[in-house]
Amino acid sequence: MDMYREQILDHYKHPRNFGTLKKSDAKASAYNATCGDKITIEIQCQMMNAKCQIKDIRFNGEGCAISMASASMLSEKVKEMTLDGIMKLNTENILEMLNTTLTPSRIKCATLPLEVLQKAVVSLNP
Amino acid sequence: MMDASAIQKDFPQLRRHVRGKPLIYLDSTATSLKPTAVINKINEYYTKYSANIFRGIYKISEEATAQYEDARTRVAQFIHASKPEEVVFTRNTSEAINLVAYTWGRSNLKRGDAVVVTIMEHHSNFVPWQQMAKEKGLEFRVWGLDKDGTLNLKKLDTFITRRTKLLAITAVSNVIGTINPVKTIVGTVKKLNPNCLVLVDAAQAVPHMPVDVQDWGADFLAFSGHKMLGPTGIGVLWGRFELLEEMPPFLFGGDMIREVHVGETIFNGVPHKFEAGTPHIAGTTGLGAAVDYLTALGMDDVRAHEEAITEYAMKNLSDMKGIRIIGSHDTAHCGGVMSFTMDGIHPHDVAQILDQDNICIRVGFHCAQPLHEYLKIGPTCRASFYVYTTKEDIDALVKGLEKVRKIFQ
Repeated sequence: MDMYREQILDHYKHPRNFGTLKKSDAKASAYNATCGDKITIEIQCQMMNAKCQIKDIRFNGEGCAISMASASMLSEKVKEMTLDGIMKLNTENILEMLNTTLTPSRIKCATLPLEVLQKAVVSLNP
Repeated sequence: MMDASAIQKDFPQLRRHVRGKPLIYLDSTATSLKPTAVINKINEYYTKYSANIFRGIYKISEEATAQYEDARTRVAQFIHASKPEEVVFTRNTSEAINLVAYTWGRSNLKRGDAVVVTIMEHHSNFVPWQQMAKEKGLEFRVWGLDKDGTLNLKKLDTFITRRTKLLAITAVSNVIGTINPVKTIVGTVKKLNPNCLVLVDAAQAVPHMPVDVQDWGADFLAFSGHKMLGPTGIGVLWGRFELLEEMPPFLFGGDMIREVHVGETIFNGVPHKFEAGTPHIAGTTGLGAAVDYLTALGMDDVRAHEEAITEYAMKNLSDMKGIRIIGSHDTAHCGGVMSFTMDGIHPHDVAQILDQDNICIRVGFHCAQPLHEYLKIGPTCRASFYVYTTKEDIDALVKGLEKVRKIFQ
């Protein structure tokens, strides 16, 4: 019963940083048509030591426990992280963050929030 | 009455243990399991008469040809076609429907014509017509549902007009299980416009209940082998002979020709002009064996068993708190398929937890996204039943769903 360990269920039932920002610098969404997962992420940035970093972040949408917990945990992980750092995050980092064993068909659920976040970051630097 | 527990012994996959536990297979609407008789028949082709068909002047090729054509005859009898030539082998239901779209559709539909589908179609009977409508400038009309998940036959006269050339309709919904009264619908369509053809997607009907194409009065019927105990990669298009004769070929190449010259080609007759290239010979004979297996069970008994199982599942699941069953609860007009949601729990999570006890259900939109949008629901869980489904399988599902609820409470 590893996949639905306590921490993941907690993030699913009580998502952190869920909602919208009053003022955001970038926003991105994605929809997974195979399972109906929808997610939108908004970010606000600030300059710190000549580098752009995440000041605040919100996400909203609907999806399975894995995708929602992944979005919630990711939103905590990336606060004050530089945009370059976010672009370097990959599937492995997400699996480490979730600290659970996913079956192949569920990896997409776990990585959807990161894809959306990176899409938002890319939109800042056209 | 059928004995599903005894039938289970014919299906080797049900003897398999995963993680030390048996399989509870509740996804037959996606694909059915295969009995030993079908597997042996496929094997027989590869071990006894593995030769190409039609042109071999030697014993085993003649044997293979006879087996291939014999399967066609069995399929024709199974659906009560007026002759074997009306049965065209395809890869699956989607290809059968595309065959009609590309041949009959391309040569008969023109700007301003209308085609009608229902909102409960599987993508395979929805997308080909939606795309054909875009290509040809047709009016693409969608027949919606009443609240109880059935089609309102009184609305048919608003859809079937002088301009309507085709009604493409499923016999049984692969999501909510609704059994459409095909015979009555075809009768009404022909009264409203005798020139409007009716194509029936019977992928969820032919495996589960008696089907008589002549009694239905339809023009085309499409279904897949793998959903009726047969192998994957083999499907069927049935069409009225006169229609098939008039239609241009589908794919060009081997087998579909009679004579080829540098400047021109004379095509083969029906059904061969629609079966270009070496076909899935083993798959076809396997489908023939599946037809034999189902015939021995008796399609009335197959239907009665599924109705009983669906009623049992309906009763047990509707008693559970937080479970919402989508569509009709009237099992007399419902195939062996049931879609549902659990309050506050995403279908993927439901399926994932059930999988830990090897309970196989399907989740998502079940290749019927327009229906889900129409019903204003997100993805759903779907359990579906067949000849080998027992009440114990349903009990296991109920127990599994209780476990899901416990984890998420």
